Amino acid sequence: MSDADQALRAEAIEALLVEQGLITSAEIDDVITRYNERVGPMNGARVVARAWTDAQFKARLLADGTSAIEEFEFEGGEVEKLVVVENTETTHNVVVCTLCSCYPWAVLGLPPKWYKDPAYRSRVVREPRAVLQEFGLAVPAEQRVRVWDSSAEVRYMVLPQMPTAWVGLSETELATRVTRDSMIGVTTLADQP
Amino acid sequence: MDGIHDLGGKHGHGAVETDAAPTNFVQRWQGRVFGLNNRMFRLGITHNTDYFRHAIERMTPAAYLTHGYYGRWLAAIETILVEQGILRSADIEKRLGPEVGPSAARPDPDPTRFAYTLRAYTARRQIQREQRFVEGDQVLTATHTKPGHTRLPAYVRGRVGRVVAVHGAWVYPDDNAHARGDEGQHLYTVEFSAAELWGADTRGGDSVCVDLFEPYLQAAQRAADDVD
Repeated sequence: MSDADQALRAEAIEALLVEQGLITSAEIDDVITRYNERVGPMNGARVVARAWTDAQFKARLLADGTSAIEEFEFEGGEVEKLVVVENTETTHNVVVCTLCSCYPWAVLGLPPKWYKDPAYRSRVVREPRAVLQEFGLAVPAEQRVRVWDSSAEVRYMVLPQMPTAWVGLSETELATRVTRDSMIGVTTLADQP
Repeated sequence: MDGIHDLGGKHGHGAVETDAAPTNFVQRWQGRVFGLNNRMFRLGITHNTDYFRHAIERMTPAAYLTHGYYGRWLAAIETILVEQGILRSADIEKRLGPEVGPSAARPDPDPTRFAYTLRAYTARRQIQREQRFVEGDQVLTATHTKPGHTRLPAYVRGRVGRVVAVHGAWVYPDDNAHARGDEGQHLYTVEFSAAELWGADTRGGDSVCVDLFEPYLQAAQRAADDVD
């Protein structure tokens, strides 16, 4: 179905539901605005920056992600059971949903297109190192790769390793440097300035 | 079900298009579909996430692969609106035409397929039955394929893994998608070595962790390949 056909069908369904009094177009506008402006990877970046600068917070985050992020009062769903997995010298973590496109919206926003496409979903469980290479990441041989397939209610976020050059930066400054892809686990922050 | 959506490990889907557009909704209609879906959940028309996911899984394989993510949502929304007696297919088709006549009357709603109401936006459950497995247990996954919704991916069927996390009880999607109730089942994260899933020539040490409900699992007679 072409984009034009899909646009027409979506418009027809919205119009019919509005005429029935079930929804208003303003409600739909509000949902779009919320996810375009307030729910996104800048939220996850704040969580990561706090974990890097507050050891107690980091311990709470790794023990129970959902409880730990309550203090941020993020909007957005899909984090009733948030598990944060930490990258270390010995383990690199990467997240996928092979069955649909489950993703921790409240901390990362809506997933990028490639996360929802068949190529990523089919391949990252079978050949994670080859897929990561396509993102420019060569995982060292001494690091194991752990792929997390979000097949139920658990949503996963990666806690990336902080580059040593960033030691001493404030939590606020660090939050501006954490990328979405590093929290999915398809890149690291190792080469960041 | 052995559906097209169950993509883990499938060959032939090409390279990952890593340079995604930085916007949520490339086309305007995609945002409308996202918002429509949100409202339909809030109104209880889309009874639950499992039912929604299964509506996507019932697309034809060709449509699933070509409609795109929000195109799949659009298909599911249409299926659900018709199944739940909110709109008739004929009224949607008519509305696509050039002439907009009087508003479509709402069809007489069929008795809802769901005899239970959703509990306040939570999938967490308290159940009496004790969990069968603990961290470190070796488990063997089921090999059966039923025609309906399941969250046991095909690529981990009949495989041995190790329980690495225990998550308590959560709504069992295999029942909830089909209006058979929203009782909980214990949920575990099970780690499978790459060798167990893909063969001995895969890289040692690498692994896949999958979240699996207790009915998918039984105690394993053999040990999983070491994953550490």
